[in-house]
Amino acid sequence: MEIRRRDFLKVVAGTTAMAVSPSLSFASSPGKKRLPGAMGMLYDATLCIGCEVCMVACRKANNLSPQPTGIQKLWDNPKNLSFETYNIIKKYQNGTGKVKDNEINGFSFVKSQCMHCVDPSCVSACPASAMTKDKETGVVSYNPEACIGCRYCQVACPFNIPKFEWDSPFPEIAKCEMCSHLQAKGEIPACCSECPTGATIFGPVESLLIEAKRRQNMEPGKYYYFPANSLKSGKTNEKSASKYIPRIYGETEIGGTQVLMLSGVPFNKIGLPDLPDRSYTSISENIQHTLYRGMILPVIIFGGLTYLVAKNKNNNE
Amino acid sequence: MKSEKPLGGRIFTIPFTIFFIIALISLYFLGKRFVLGLGAVTNLNDGYPWGIWITYDVVVGTAFACGGYATALLIYVFNKREYHPLMKSAILTSLLGYTMSSVAVFLDVGRYWQLYNIFLPWYGNVNSVLFEVALCIAVYTFVLWFEFAPTILAKFNLEKLQAALNKIMFILIALGVLLPTMHQSSLGSLMIVAGHKLYPLWWSSFLPLLYLISAVMMGYAVVMVESSISTLRYKLPDETEILGKIAKVLALLAGIFLVLRICDIALRGHFELIFKGDLLGNIFIIENVLLIVPVCMLAIPSNRKKPRVLFLSALSMMFSGGLLRFNSYLVGFNPGNGWHYFPAAPEIIITLGIIAIEIMVYIWCIKRLPVFQKA
Ligand code: SF4
Ligand code: SF4
Repeated sequence: MEIRRRDFLKVVAGTTAMAVSPSLSFASSPGKKRLPGAMGMLYDATLCIGCEVCMVACRKANNLSPQPTGIQKLWDNPKNLSFETYNIIKKYQNGTGKVKDNEINGFSFVKSQCMHCVDPSCVSACPASAMTKDKETGVVSYNPEACIGCRYCQVACPFNIPKFEWDSPFPEIAKCEMCSHLQAKGEIPACCSECPTGATIFGPVESLLIEAKRRQNMEPGKYYYFPANSLKSGKTNEKSASKYIPRIYGETEIGGTQVLMLSGVPFNKIGLPDLPDRSYTSISENIQHTLYRGMILPVIIFGGLTYLVAKNKNNNE
Repeated sequence: MKSEKPLGGRIFTIPFTIFFIIALISLYFLGKRFVLGLGAVTNLNDGYPWGIWITYDVVVGTAFACGGYATALLIYVFNKREYHPLMKSAILTSLLGYTMSSVAVFLDVGRYWQLYNIFLPWYGNVNSVLFEVALCIAVYTFVLWFEFAPTILAKFNLEKLQAALNKIMFILIALGVLLPTMHQSSLGSLMIVAGHKLYPLWWSSFLPLLYLISAVMMGYAVVMVESSISTLRYKLPDETEILGKIAKVLALLAGIFLVLRICDIALRGHFELIFKGDLLGNIFIIENVLLIVPVCMLAIPSNRKKPRVLFLSALSMMFSGGLLRFNSYLVGFNPGNGWHYFPAAPEIIITLGIIAIEIMVYIWCIKRLPVFQKA
C-alpha cells in the first residue's frame, strides 16, 4: 500500500513547525515583572569607603569561614566570590588612582553579590527547582535538598554568582540569599545593618528606586542627607554628593534586579556587564513554552509518527 | 535472503586489551572523584562549571549517537526500506552512545544521590530546558534498549517475548523519532540562557533549529563512517550504493544548515566577527569549512560512488558537528573575570575510559549478537 503523501507531509510540517516557530516568535512574552512587595538593596559606590565591614558581617551572619590568601595566609582576604564568600568588595583603579569615583586617574569600590534578579536565570534554569524566588519578597534562595548539583545555574547566571563546593564529595551550591533567615526575624541583611557609611542600604525595591533617582538629581559637591542601614532606620549621614553616572544599574538590566547600584565610574569598568533589557530567561522560556505548553504539539506529532511508522513498518515486512 | 548474524571471533584482541586497560585507569580516577569531589580530578571551576564531560560525553556524544534516529527517520517516516540493513547497527551505536552519556551525567552531577529529584513532580521544573533534556534523554535511552531487545532476545531464543515486543515496536520507533527531535534541539536551547557569556557567532535564538539539523546530519555521517569501517574490518558486503544515497540527503541537509547559519549571523549583524583573524573567528571558519568542503564534494554525483570520498566527507562532517558543540559550550563561552578552563589529565582519561567501555561493548555485541548482515 502506498502511503498517502498528504499524511506524510503533515508530519514533516508539524515537526518543522516545532523547531522553527519558537525561534521566530521570540519577540513576544517580555518576561517577569517586579513584585510589588519586592525587597532589595541599594549599593552606592560613591559612599563606599572599602572598609569591608560588610564582608565580615556576611561571614558571621552566614557562618562562613575566612579565606586567607597570599603566602602567609594570615588574614581573611578572599579574591573572588566563592563557596565561602557570598559578598565581596573589589576595587577599580586607573592611572594615578588618586581621585575617588573618577574613571580616569581615579578609583572606586564595587560590591559583588547575588543581584536577586526580577526574572532570575538561575531559577528558570534549575531542573530541580532548587533555586526559588520568594513570591512576596522576590528573594532568590537555594535548597540543597532539591539540588542535583548539575551547575546549570552557574552557566545561566549573567553575573556568575552561584558557587559550587568543588572540593567536597557531597557538594552544595552557595550564594547570597539576602539573609532571609534574618529577615524572617524582622531584621535586615547583615551587610546593610553593619555598613557604617550607608553605602549599602536595605528596603522595598520601589522605595529604593525613588531614593536612587533622588541621588541622581543631586548637585555634585552640595551636601545632602543619606539614609544608613535601611530606609526606615531613621539614621542618616551627611555628605557632599558625587557626580553619578546617569544610570541606575539593575533598573532595567535583564528585566531588572532587586539589588540596585549607583556609581561614579561607568558600570562596565567596575565589573558589571552591559546587559540587554530583555532577560535571556524569557527568550529560552518562550521557546520551551511555544513547543511544549501542555505537551500538545509533541502529542500531535507523536500521533502522526505512530501512524506513519505502523504503516511503513507493515510495508517493510 | 540475507539476515543478521553474529560476526564471531575472539573478544580479547590486542585493541580490545588496550581499551580494557584505559578503562581500568579511568576507574581509579573515578574513585578519586567520588571520595574527594569533582575538584580533585577536574579543572572545572565556578566560571566554567561544565567541561568536557558535559560537552563531549553528553552533547557531542548523544549527537554522534543520532544514527538510530536519523536512520529510523529515513526508513519509517520517509518509507525508504532500502536502508533497512543499516538499522540494527545504527540502533546499537545509539544505544551505547546514549547509555554512556547517561553514565557521564551521573558522574558529572555533584549531588548524584538525589539525581532522581528531577523526576519527582514537586521538584521537576518544567520551565527548565535542562529538565526537558534530562527527561527526554532518560526515556529515549530506555526506548533504545527496547528497540534493541529483540536482537538480544534472539541470542537466547526467546521467540515469544520477541514477538510480543515486535507488536508494540511501532510505538517505540515513533518515540525514537520524537524524543531525539525534542532533546537534540533543546541541547541548543540550553545555551540561550548563557546570553552574553556566549560569543555572538554561536549565541543565537536559532540554536535549537541549528542543533536539530546538525544532529540529523551527524546521525547520517556516523552511520556512513561506521559502516565503512565495519565493512573494511569485518569484510562485510559492500554498502557503497546505499551510503551514496544517504550522502545525497546529507549534502542537502548540510546545505540548508549552512545557509541558515550564515543568514542568522548576518542578520544579527555579526558577520565581520568571522574574519577578525582571532581564535574565535578562525575556529568558526574551521568549523564551517569542515562542512562546506564535503558538501561540495558530495554534490558531484560521481563522487558519491567512491567509498573513500564518502568516508572522508562523513568524517569531516562529524568533526564539524562536534566542533559546533565544543564551540558553543566551551570555546565560545567566556564568563569573564579572568576564568579559564582546560581539561585536567584525569578528566580526559575518564572521558577516554567511557569511550573505551563503549567500544568494548560494541565489539562484544557485533561479535556475539546478530547485528550485521552477512552474505
Ligand atoms: S544574580 Fe544570578 S544567582 Fe542571583 S538571582 Fe540573578 S541569576 Fe540568580
Ligand atoms: S546545581 Fe543545583 S541549584 Fe544549580 S541548577 Fe543544578 S540543581 Fe539547580
